[in-house]
Amino acid sequence: MSPVNTSATVRPLVKLSAIRKSFGPVEVLKGVDMAVEEGQVVAMIGRSGSGKSTLLRSINGLERIDGGVIEVDGECVDPGQIDLRALRQKVGMVFQQFNLFPHLTAGENVMLALKVVKKQDKAATRAAAESALAKVGLGHKFDAYPSQLSGGQQQRVAIARSLAMAPKVLLCDEITSALDPELVAEVLGVVRKLAEEGMTLILVTHEMRFAREVCDRLVFMHGGRIAEQGPPAKLFDRPSTPELAQFIGMVEAR
Amino acid sequence: MAYSFDFSSLLDYTPVLVDGVATTVALTAVSTVLGVALGIGGAAARTSSVKPLAVVVGAYVELIRNTPFLVQLFFIFFGLPSLGIRLAEWQAAVLAMVINLGAYSTEIIRAGIEATPKGQIEAGASLGMTGPQIFRYVVLGPAMAKIWPALTSQIVIVMLGSSVCSQIAAEELSFAANFIQSRNFRPFEVYFLATALYLALAVGLRWIFSLMGQRMFAKGVSRA
Repeated sequence: MSPVNTSATVRPLVKLSAIRKSFGPVEVLKGVDMAVEEGQVVAMIGRSGSGKSTLLRSINGLERIDGGVIEVDGECVDPGQIDLRALRQKVGMVFQQFNLFPHLTAGENVMLALKVVKKQDKAATRAAAESALAKVGLGHKFDAYPSQLSGGQQQRVAIARSLAMAPKVLLCDEITSALDPELVAEVLGVVRKLAEEGMTLILVTHEMRFAREVCDRLVFMHGGRIAEQGPPAKLFDRPSTPELAQFIGMVEAR
Repeated sequence: MAYSFDFSSLLDYTPVLVDGVATTVALTAVSTVLGVALGIGGAAARTSSVKPLAVVVGAYVELIRNTPFLVQLFFIFFGLPSLGIRLAEWQAAVLAMVINLGAYSTEIIRAGIEATPKGQIEAGASLGMTGPQIFRYVVLGPAMAKIWPALTSQIVIVMLGSSVCSQIAAEELSFAANFIQSRNFRPFEVYFLATALYLALAVGLRWIFSLMGQRMFAKGVSRA
């Protein structure tokens, strides 16, 4: 866990300014500002419909924003931007439903973008994929198809696939929500290891205990805005908004 | 029933039948390769975000699927020469079959493409892949695997439909059968044999496509 760097001279790795997004008549993001510094681990929490997933997905352009500016490691994206590939090379993403390519083996899943996006040669691609899979503890599953893997293993391959592209920041969109309870720990273990190694992570999660233990900062979203943010211990123990107090009550009652 | 069957009279025409079968197989092979390629391109265009392209391809598909193959063939063989485009019988036959299969396979392959889970496309995009790269490496393989049986049936239909090309004197199997029965006056025997040959070709074609499907599409897809 890295300390929160409060120095004003440090440029944040991810900077969101006045992000707006509507789905039809419904405004789901109402001008969100957020900054994440290198090495920080940030969890976004909130009720469903609060805009946390939409905000996360806008960071790599999967949701086109209607207003505001997204800046990742000097790569600026505004609503008019069509080509998002430069941004996406810096931002990795792991999904709730894993989204592995079913016709490719675990190794091929990891190698595909290295080959066609980074244009690496065969040997380099293979080596990178092997090391990425080893990192998530699946070096021995290189030739297994997704259908031959458990949900937890599939999600770890998905993490390896993102990591192999050497992103500056990794976005995790409820990555344990589709897993059987006994498989959650192995995926969270990988995320915890990444956090300890200094990877910049932004997570949307319902795993409150994990968020509390691993994250530097918690961002509570409510009604398309950031209602409250700060160190996990402070937010959990002394929430300053009634919405967060209610949300924590709801989560802990489960 | 005073008719006595005489299949031996067909023996004299063996070379004609062999040529006919060979021509049917050749027409089918060429039009399958070109027609499926056209179908992949058409399906890509129809599912693309470039609206004019999708509309043009949609019009082509509807035009071909809602008019008879015989008329399409006659238009190409008898109609186009008015514009100075003169094609040999086999060229007109191939062109008509390619255009016909292209339209049907566009629709079949489109169904496979649209069955791709949105998340896989998002995964490709978030890895920095371009639209065409996602289509080629992520979407196309599983889409083809899903629609392979339907595509196989369509190709069999096109192979059987090639018999219509006898009407412009393309010397395929039906042309050979017509020719023989006009010489030996044994229509039952000739068409019985032609039926058996078409059946064998169709069964063989399905078998080949089934084998190709098993080889091309990894077990990951068929099990997923």
